[in-house]
Amino acid sequence: MCEHCGCTDKGAGFSLINPAKEDHHHDNGHSHHHGHHHAHDHGHSHEAPHETLQSGRIEIGTDILSRNNLLAERNRGYFDAKGIVALNLVSSPGSGKTTLLERTLTSWSGPPVYVIEGDQQTTLDANRIQATGAPVIQVNTGNGCHLDAEMINKAIKSLNPENDSLLLIENVGNLVCPALFDLGEQYRVVVISVTEGEDKPLKYPNMFQSAQLCLINKTDLLPYVDFNPENLKSYARKVNPDLRFIEISAKTGEGFKGWMAWIGEVFVKR
Amino acid sequence: MHEFSIALSIVDIAADAAAKNKIHIVREVEIEIGQVAGVIPEALEFAWESARKNTLVAEAVLKIRQVELEVRCHACGHRHKPADLYGPCPGCGEIQPEIVSGKELRVIAISA
Repeated sequence: MCEHCGCTDKGAGFSLINPAKEDHHHDNGHSHHHGHHHAHDHGHSHEAPHETLQSGRIEIGTDILSRNNLLAERNRGYFDAKGIVALNLVSSPGSGKTTLLERTLTSWSGPPVYVIEGDQQTTLDANRIQATGAPVIQVNTGNGCHLDAEMINKAIKSLNPENDSLLLIENVGNLVCPALFDLGEQYRVVVISVTEGEDKPLKYPNMFQSAQLCLINKTDLLPYVDFNPENLKSYARKVNPDLRFIEISAKTGEGFKGWMAWIGEVFVKR
Repeated sequence: MHEFSIALSIVDIAADAAAKNKIHIVREVEIEIGQVAGVIPEALEFAWESARKNTLVAEAVLKIRQVELEVRCHACGHRHKPADLYGPCPGCGEIQPEIVSGKELRVIAISA
């Protein structure tokens, strides 16, 4: 049950919260709890209407992720038209994504920047972002384990970003499912901390293969753990030879020049 | 996990087709899952039981056709059917696979 207004979560529903306005908007993404079925906005269907057909086989051939992929492309088109660079930050829970964003935002002096936060529950992360002064929307996925294109589409409409701005999306902490769901981002950034295993890229190859940049975070802890960044890079390059790496500490700021420079580089190239 | 949202999408696509074709009871939904589509068939079957409830496909059995992974090496053109995407090419040793088949995730057909 939603703690804001007492409504029940209808299984696949998600909610958007703007911590600045305390406004609360529910969306039941898929409504499957009716007796009959509505026609949705799908990509395309192949069949022409037939007369009443009680038996027989109808060929369909529709890609199952097409709905998400098509919405992701719409998001991508929107970002492209408005000159917005969208980054999708993915990682295990606890790698330091939110702290990384906090430091990025407090030292930011470039174009306008917006944030979309994804968690199962709470506005804890969005509150931290809001404290930096950046406009932010929190998506609560409920039972969901990843952000999808529809959630981004709705959050963007709420944020209403300016042209030529930066959008930072912090995905739900999960090294498996987010790899499968295109949000329409321009770049996917996988964050791994030195307290995790060097061999994670081999164990979670989909995620590392789908990213363009890998941030190795918590370098301030390197003296205390058996983690060699060069081993991580070598494992990661086995699944993604083109992956780039930046070593940083969101806590101390070490390596942040490189991270900010990377953002600047992709912004110029947009 | 995400097999449930995929099952919901299958329900969407299949029920949509059923409604368009005036089918009142769907007996079977055939889908295709590639070896590296990132979906576990057993988990999807489990999710299907919940996802199909109270829809046009509430009675439908999910029939899964699995598609083998086949890749073509971008460096030398060699085609083979590896266990996964992460090993070197048997022809030249490079790791540059292009997927020929194995990433499918499609609804093939429905039957009344």
